[in-house]
Amino acid sequence: MWRSIQWRAGLIVFFLALSILFLVPTLIDPLPKWWTKVMPSEKIHLGLDLRGGMHLLLEVEVQKAVESAMDKYASDIKDALTKKDIPFNQVERTPDGKVSILLPDSKANDRFSQIRSDQYSNLRVASFREKEGKFQYLLEMNTKEVKSIEDSAIRQGLETIRNRIDQFGVSEPVIAPQGENQILVQLPGIKDPQRAIELIGRTALLEFKLVDDENSLEDALKGNIPPGDEVLYQKAADKETGVVTRRPFLLKKRSLMTGDVLTDARMRIKSDFNEPYVSIDFDARGARLFDQITAENVKKRLAIVLDNNVYSAPVIQERISGGKAQISGSFTPEEASDLAIVLRAGALPAPVKIIQNVTVGPTLGQDSIDKGMRAAIIGSVLVVIFMAVYYRLSGLIADWALVLNIIYLMGALASMRATLSLPGIAGIILAIGMAVDSNVLMFERIREELRLGKTIRAAVDAGYDKALFTIIDSHVTTLITAVVLFQFGTGPIKGFAVTLSLGVIINLFSALIGTKVIFDWINLKKQLKTLSI
Amino acid sequence: MGIELLGKTNIDFIGLRKYAFLLSAILVTLGVIALVQLIRGQANLGIDFAGGTSVQLKFEKPFQLDKARHALDVNGFKDSELQQFTEGNKLLIQIKKAVAGERVADKILAIFAKEFADNKFAVDSTTEIGPKVGKNLQHDTLIAVILSAIGMIIYLAWRFEFSFGVAAAMATFHDVLSVLGVFFILGKEVNLLLVTALLTLAGYSLTDTVVVYDRIRENLRLRPKDLLGEVMNSSINEVLSRTIVTSSTVFLVCLALFFFGGEVIHDFSFALLIGVVIGTYSSVFVASPVVYEWRKDKKIRIRTKR
Repeated sequence: MWRSIQWRAGLIVFFLALSILFLVPTLIDPLPKWWTKVMPSEKIHLGLDLRGGMHLLLEVEVQKAVESAMDKYASDIKDALTKKDIPFNQVERTPDGKVSILLPDSKANDRFSQIRSDQYSNLRVASFREKEGKFQYLLEMNTKEVKSIEDSAIRQGLETIRNRIDQFGVSEPVIAPQGENQILVQLPGIKDPQRAIELIGRTALLEFKLVDDENSLEDALKGNIPPGDEVLYQKAADKETGVVTRRPFLLKKRSLMTGDVLTDARMRIKSDFNEPYVSIDFDARGARLFDQITAENVKKRLAIVLDNNVYSAPVIQERISGGKAQISGSFTPEEASDLAIVLRAGALPAPVKIIQNVTVGPTLGQDSIDKGMRAAIIGSVLVVIFMAVYYRLSGLIADWALVLNIIYLMGALASMRATLSLPGIAGIILAIGMAVDSNVLMFERIREELRLGKTIRAAVDAGYDKALFTIIDSHVTTLITAVVLFQFGTGPIKGFAVTLSLGVIINLFSALIGTKVIFDWINLKKQLKTLSI
Repeated sequence: MGIELLGKTNIDFIGLRKYAFLLSAILVTLGVIALVQLIRGQANLGIDFAGGTSVQLKFEKPFQLDKARHALDVNGFKDSELQQFTEGNKLLIQIKKAVAGERVADKILAIFAKEFADNKFAVDSTTEIGPKVGKNLQHDTLIAVILSAIGMIIYLAWRFEFSFGVAAAMATFHDVLSVLGVFFILGKEVNLLLVTALLTLAGYSLTDTVVVYDRIRENLRLRPKDLLGEVMNSSINEVLSRTIVTSSTVFLVCLALFFFGGEVIHDFSFALLIGVVIGTYSSVFVASPVVYEWRKDKKIRIRTKR
């Protein structure tokens, strides 16, 4: 008997020491240097509902990535036809994501068929029609290619957003794919949610387009947009009044260059006006391209377009071959530095839509923690007093099991790097309730056995034995529920399931070993005549 | 020995089942009505399920609720719901209509910055949820709850027998539906936190029920010749004092949460409070009587293996 008590006590102390070890980083701040080298240094993570922060669910509009891939095919085919002098009436992407090609005669059709089977055999012919001597093709991508474009749009989107957040500087961000086409972003403790959304949600597609000075802007604004042109706007806010003005530009639709040739983008300040701007550096290909574009279009205006907003449209004074350019506009320093970040991190392959945004301010989070803690302490103290009054000394033993439970549970949470949120606290409350219940079950049983006139030793043993199966049954049923909820529940429900299942397992241990060992020890050491229960 | 709340009791719970079933039928009917209304979108569904926007502001000085309502009305948010927390001058604004792609929260903040220029505020929280997300969450939550109920029935059917598993599930759903019904009548919001509370009390109620069943099984083995009703009655009476003690401690904790836990978990702890009462009632008056109704006329012995 003595050996068994030693064994069990050893086990309890071992787990207790382990839990406290994992809890040290949460309780002591800052940690001594030597500790962080060898010992666990992870604090218990608090959920955004407790510590404040932003939770975003983004939906990647993957079909836009597919559309732009088709756009590229359309312009490739157009180039190929032009290069080989094959006449065509029309090559364009249809709204439903196909490329429509209209050829004027059978000779053109024959030559195009050749190109198609040589270079574009991966595109399927969705329909082919011959009407009044003209030939019309509708080409589409096969489903495998569509899938791979969609997948890479999400993967790249994730990567880009991670880059942007890293450069923005947020501690412990969570950026993870979710479901089929969603990205989950959690930014704890963020101060300026507005700015973060601008940074994350922006597509940041940088394009260089020529301003069409040959056609009239007035006509275009009346609705007569020349083919191959588009009207985009420059938005400028007056610094004094805050009034936003929109200035229209008539641009050539074709973009000469995009932001994927950037190697760097930095915020700089113009010394003479004290005005922030963004300087960008091109890679070798970009520098060559920019050199060529500027050489061919001297005295024309080149618009710098970001996400379909014109930022500036300077006149090209001379050929620029240094591989550098700058974007000016009426920026605040924050705007300019954020713009530099998104340009450095690159464009999103497809736009994202915010479908869920939960932001908890730091004050409310702190408020929740404070009040939650206070309530938990008051609740626990009430239970502890109740047990001690109702069951006397045995009640104190149960209280010891309760304290053991809470320490184990917190230690387990810290060691597993689980996140504690409000629903998680609900799970803990349920687990603690069950811990108390386990003891009540045993004590009531022991009382019954004592009433039957058994000796204390026999009553304790019988009480434990009989309560054992009940405790196991109730815990296993709860555990089944918790595990299923963990497996199939989302976010907050998962948090509930984690603490509950941990709590249930720990309960079983501390109720069956933690208290019994003390009873056994008392029984062995002192031959009790009466039991305080 | 320490204090005893209850001495030896001898209440005829099985005999009282007609009244209990009547009361439970009323409670469950309420719950079912609430559930139907929820599915039809008529009940007070939180924005995490329904989609929409909520903004909570903390003002520096006390403010007039009417003025806030007027400010929203004239700026195109007529269908917003306002709730004022006097403690800390807080205002909760909810708009239960999801508009894809629009930043409603920003607009609301702008309105208040303009209309309440003399009373500065901090943003406690903003939530914007798209319609699809809410629908997904509803679906996922439902699946998770149904699957966990099935798992529980299988375990109890294996440990006891099928009728016990089903009756335990019925008692658990009885409790969840009852609390849902109460929330519906009081016009309180059904949100994800309430679902967590319902799951928590489902756990309690289940534990309670299993404890009673365990005693019934034990007594059935000890007294194989006695009538089922008698065995059930004495079993419930024997565990009654444990049931009361446990429920009281849990009730104490929930009471502390209710009064000191802050506004975020106020409704959550309220649900737990009534849930504990209903759960205790159901484990005594519903769970076993259902098994009794099911098995009373059958000659087959109830399995009593351990």
